[in-house]
This record gives sequence, structure tokens and C-alpha cells, in this order.
Amino acid sequence: MLSIKNIHANIDGKQILKGINLEIKAGEVHAIMGPNGSGKSTLSSVLAGREEYEVTEGEVKFLGKDLLSLPAEDRAREGLFLAFQYPVEIPGVSTTNFIKAAVNEKRKYLGQDPLDAVSFLKMMKEKMAMVEINQSLLSRSINEGFSGGEKKRNEVFQMAMLEPKLAILDETDSGLDIDALRIVANGINKLRSSDRAILLITHYQRLLDYIQPDFVHVLYKGKIVKSGTKELALELEERGYDFITEAADMANL
Amino acid sequence: MNATYFKDQFQQLQTENDTVHLAALRAGSFGTFDQKGFPTTKLEEWKYTNISSLFDKEYQISPFTDNPASLAAAIEEIQLPEHTNANVLYFVNGRYEPSLSIIRSTIEELQVMPLLQAASAGFQEIIDQHLGESSVYLKDGIHALNTSFITDAVFIHVAAGKELSHPVYIYHLADAQHQAILTQPRSLVYVSKRAKIQIAETFRTVGTMDSFSNAVMEVVVAQDAFLEYYKLQNDAAHTSQVSSTHIHQTGKSHVHTVTISLNGGLLRNNLNMILDAEGNETHLYGLSLLKGKTHVDNHTLIDNKHPNCFSNQLYKNIADDAATGVFSGRIIVQPDAQKTNAYQSNKNIILSDQATINAKPQLEIFADDVKCSHGCTVGQLDEEALFYLRARGISRELAEVLLLQAFATDIVEQVKIEPLRQHIDTLIQQHLSIQ
Ligand SMILES: Nc1ncnc2c1ncn2[C@@H]1O[C@H](COP(=O)(O)OP(=O)(O)OP(=O)(O)O)[C@@H](O)[C@H]1O
Ligand SMILES: [Mg+2]
Repeated sequence: MLSIKNIHANIDGKQILKGINLEIKAGEVHAIMGPNGSGKSTLSSVLAGREEYEVTEGEVKFLGKDLLSLPAEDRAREGLFLAFQYPVEIPGVSTTNFIKAAVNEKRKYLGQDPLDAVSFLKMMKEKMAMVEINQSLLSRSINEGFSGGEKKRNEVFQMAMLEPKLAILDETDSGLDIDALRIVANGINKLRSSDRAILLITHYQRLLDYIQPDFVHVLYKGKIVKSGTKELALELEERGYDFITEAADMANL
Repeated sequence: MNATYFKDQFQQLQTENDTVHLAALRAGSFGTFDQKGFPTTKLEEWKYTNISSLFDKEYQISPFTDNPASLAAAIEEIQLPEHTNANVLYFVNGRYEPSLSIIRSTIEELQVMPLLQAASAGFQEIIDQHLGESSVYLKDGIHALNTSFITDAVFIHVAAGKELSHPVYIYHLADAQHQAILTQPRSLVYVSKRAKIQIAETFRTVGTMDSFSNAVMEVVVAQDAFLEYYKLQNDAAHTSQVSSTHIHQTGKSHVHTVTISLNGGLLRNNLNMILDAEGNETHLYGLSLLKGKTHVDNHTLIDNKHPNCFSNQLYKNIADDAATGVFSGRIIVQPDAQKTNAYQSNKNIILSDQATINAKPQLEIFADDVKCSHGCTVGQLDEEALFYLRARGISRELAEVLLLQAFATDIVEQVKIEPLRQHIDTLIQQHLSIQ
């Protein structure tokens, strides 16, 4: 589904990603962990198509297409979804209208007719129930004045509405209370299927208790320095990153 | 245009029905025009807006249209939503046209008549007192030109205690099919004590020749009265305007205005608020969506003459292409006007390198216990927000439209005539969607 080969990326002349390789197959759940500032969000931004980042080397194939040549909107329409670590507040644009526009832009791209009002409402109701999000939030401007947890829940709601092929969730668990974490994790689990894949970026094992990953990777200083199965996350929880980062630093000397 | 043309036209005016007051007003105003001519950019108040060069053209002053039938389509096209629920007033070539106008409110509530008729219908005192009072603030030649040529003006009177359930729509049609024309609509509105009126004005030019509208409206708002005034400018690119609205709040009253400028050539709006009683409240909103070479200049003036007055101004511009937006907001707080609250904010988005925004707040405060604030921002669309929308599959074009609409929305919301608000919303959406 997603094949990342030797990606190098800069922002403002500073090199952040220094040769990332990652293969994600349909049906898989991958987790990326790693210390603050190691480049996790940079990787998700590069994949989602943020133009401030300059990819200097490498290639990314998504469902057979050259992902990096597509503008951000086409990546989304092809089925890539990024749940932002810091969702943006957009005063004056109603959440419902925005989601409707997003759903229909995607349908147009795929050669489908726009959803009629009734079907759209039905879908909204269904997904709202799934992520237990309140109607009143959706009638407000996008994320405006939302609490941290409400913003994250809104990201998962949008994901549910857009039914992506590949969902990248950048610290969607941060800032959620215990109940919200369970609800959000359930929402993500419902998306799991043999033709979809999920990339979770997280600092915490608790999320991985709910959503069991097939693979866990550690990103450090712009490279994946270790990959393993879900046991790796448990080991990290216990020992911290030192044993990995020290080894990586030694190797780089 | 040469001065002799105006002199000839002025001498040919039919003035036998003029009252003593009007005759004097006219003569004085023509003297002012003759002396000052058209304002040039050397004048501080006209620094950013050059109308004098427009008058190199040979305009005809307010001719009677030679082919009324050719305006039939425009008479329909200009109609605002729920036209059939409104009191509608037509001006054709700057002349009030009673035969086209329809008054739906009762005569006990609302009287609308040619100004010259109003003097003999019991309104002479009001007219003598208020017609021409805007000249105290608008002292330039273009304003004087309108006053010199007051013909076929309209007088609108809302009776005491009457809250009109039908809004007043004023339509201005200009026939520029055969010649460039200068139209000079004039109106005097009197909103009596405890009365309430909603007025909306809009403009349309027929034909491809240039038109210039030099419109003046004077409004008196008495004690406990309520005025809403909306102006929608969405005419062709070859049409220009100086549109002056002078609102005199003679008693503690409430005024709410919204100016929406979409298409046009050069548009200058003067909006004067004379807060002439204690406790007056006034709200001024403006939105200009500027494209092509459109130039919109909003000049506001608030004269706080008495204590405890409140004013709030919010003007927004979106400037694309080679368009220009000007906002000049002057607030005067007279020595007696203690406890004045005056807020002013001007927010701008620039979408192109060739677009220009000029902003000039002018605070003249002569009292010590006042709260005045002003602020101005100029920026671009928020890239973070654009990316967020695009990351959900929304095209850059649509994302820009959504963000610009969001920027406009708090002004559009201020239009309290619901069908008119929806109409403006649709126009804005169309206007923003055309690349
Ligand atoms: N515009 C920029 N100029 C220079 N450095 C930048 C810029 N933007 C981000 N960086 C740096 O890139 C590095 C990687 O940032 P990134 O947000 O990808 O980290 P992260 O792994 O997601 O961290 P966290 O766990 O805290 O979310 C950081 O050191 C950050 O300071
Ligand atoms: Mg991050």
C-alpha cells in the first residue's frame, strides 16, 4: 500500500529526514515512536503533502502511484488521511459544511455523484455515534474553541467520514481522557480491515493496548533506527529510548 | 469636462418651484463647485482616490432616458429578493421615478414623495432644517455639485411610533446606452420618534458607456428611532460612484449600517454619523471584495457631540488582482462628549502583489473621559488553514473560497433583512468562485 524509499527532507534549509525506509501493506497497523523532535510529524507532513517541506531524495509509492508528485488534495482523495497532531482552528467555516465539501470533493475525483442531503446526514449520524462526538461541536466553526481532546475526537470523526485507505494518526491519543482514549481507539479499530492500513504515531503504550500494532518502529534523528513487533513498544515503555539512541549515536560516530 | 457645461446646465435648471431655502442652497452650492471644481488628490480627504481624472470624459448630467422601454429588463434585474414585500423606489438617471415606485406601507406609516412636493405637503420645516446639512461636513466640489442640481429628489417620512414591516428598497438605474452619463440622486429621509425603518440601496447601469453616480442621501433619526441602512454595490466595471450618506441622530437613537462593495470601477463611499444627542448608538460595517481594477474607498466620520455615545465600526477588504481598498475612519469627540465609546477596526486580506490597501484612522479627541480604540490588520490567507482543508481533499481554489467567505461572514451576518442576507451571501460566493 505504502512504500517509502530513502526519503530525505528539509525545512528552511535544515535537514530533518535523513533516509527513511518503510513498507506498509494493506491490513497492517504500524506504530512509529521516538523522542520529541526526531521527525515523526515531519514524516507525516511530507506524506500528506505539506509544501514547506522539500524532499531532496527518495520516493514514495502509494497504491502504485508516485505520491510525492500529487498535490495534497489529490493524496487525500486517493485515500490518504492525516489526523493532525495540532488540528488547526478555522473560524467562520462550519465543521459540517467543511466535511460535506471534503466528502463530495473526494467523490467528484472518483467520478461519483455528490451525496444527497439525506444520505450525508445518515452517514454523519452513524459516524457521530461511532466516535461519540456531539452534534453541537459539528455545528461550530472548525475546531474553534474546541478543547484539546475535542479536537482529536474531531480528527477521528473526519477520518471515519472519509473512510481512508491509509490513516496516519499523529499523536491522536495525546490530550485524551481515559474514556475518550477508549472511544477514539474503538473508532480506529472499526476502520481496520484487510484493505486498509494504519500508521500510528504515539509516545504511549496505552494506545497500543487498544490498537495492537503489527510493527513498531523507532524514529530517531530523522532515521528509523529500530523496527520490531509490538513487544518492542513494551520494552521501550520499560527501558526508555536510551538503549536504542545510544547505539544509534555510536553507529553514527 | 469644462466648467461652462455645468454653468450652462445650472442656468437652464427649472427653478420656479424652488423654496427660498432651496434656491439659496442651490446658488451657494454652485458657487462652491464653481470655485473648487472636482476634488483632486492634493486634498487630504481625496489623497487615495482620484475622481477628477474621471471627469475628463464628457458626461451628460441626468438626462431623461430617451427609450424607457429599453430599461424594462433592468427594472426587473435590479430587484432584490422579496421585492414584492418591500416598498420599492426607483431612480432612473438620478431622478426619482414615482411611476415605477410602489409603496406598500400605509400612508399613516410611510410617505414617499418628490421633494418639491413635500415642502407644500407639510414638511417644509423639516426640509428647510435638514436638506443640505451634510455640506457642513462634506465641503468639496463634488458634493456641492449634487446639491446644485437637486431635481427630482425624493422625500421619505416615517411617522412617529411606526415600525415599518416592509423594508424600503431603493433602486438606481442609469441609462448609459447612448452616452456617458452623470447621475445625481438625492434623498432626504426623516425617521420620526420611535419609528423604525430598514433601507437597502443598489445600483445598475444599462449600456456600455460610462456612468458616474454622485448620490447623496441625508437621513434624520429622531429620539428612540431605529434605522438600518444597507448599500449593495455590484455594478459593471465601467461605472463609478461617489455615494454619500449623512445620518444625523438628533435624539437618542440606534443606527446600523452595512456597505457591501463587490463589482464596479471607482467607488467612494462617504458615511457620516452625527451623534447629536446623549446616548446615541451606531454600528458601521463594510465589506469590499475587490478584483480587477476596482477601487473602493470607504470614508467614515463619526462626530460625537454629546456624552455617552457608542459607536462600533468594522470594515473588511479582500483585495485581489490590481484592486485597491481604502479605509479612512475619522472619529471626532467634542469637548462635551464625555464617556464616549468609539471602536474602530479595519481588517484586510491581500491576495495579489498588485493589490493595494490604504488605511487611515483619524482620532480627534477633545474630551478626557473617553474610550476609543482603533486597529488595522493586513494579511494573507492562513497557509496552515489552507493546508488543513486541502489535506481533507478540498481543492486549493475551494479552500481559498471557504476561508475568504469565513473572513466575510461576520459582516454579512450584520444584514438583518434575512432574504437580502442570503442574496448577498450567494453573490459573495459567486464573486469569490470566479477566478
Ligand atoms: N521550520 C523549521 N525550521 C527548522 N527546524 C524545524 C522547522 N520545523 C520543524 N523543525 C524541527 O524539525 C525537527 C522535527 O520536528 P517534528 O515535529 O517532526 O518532531 P516530532 O518527532 O514530531 O516531535 P514530537 O514528538 O515532539 O511531536 C524538530 O527538531 C523541529 O524543531
Ligand atoms: Mg510530532
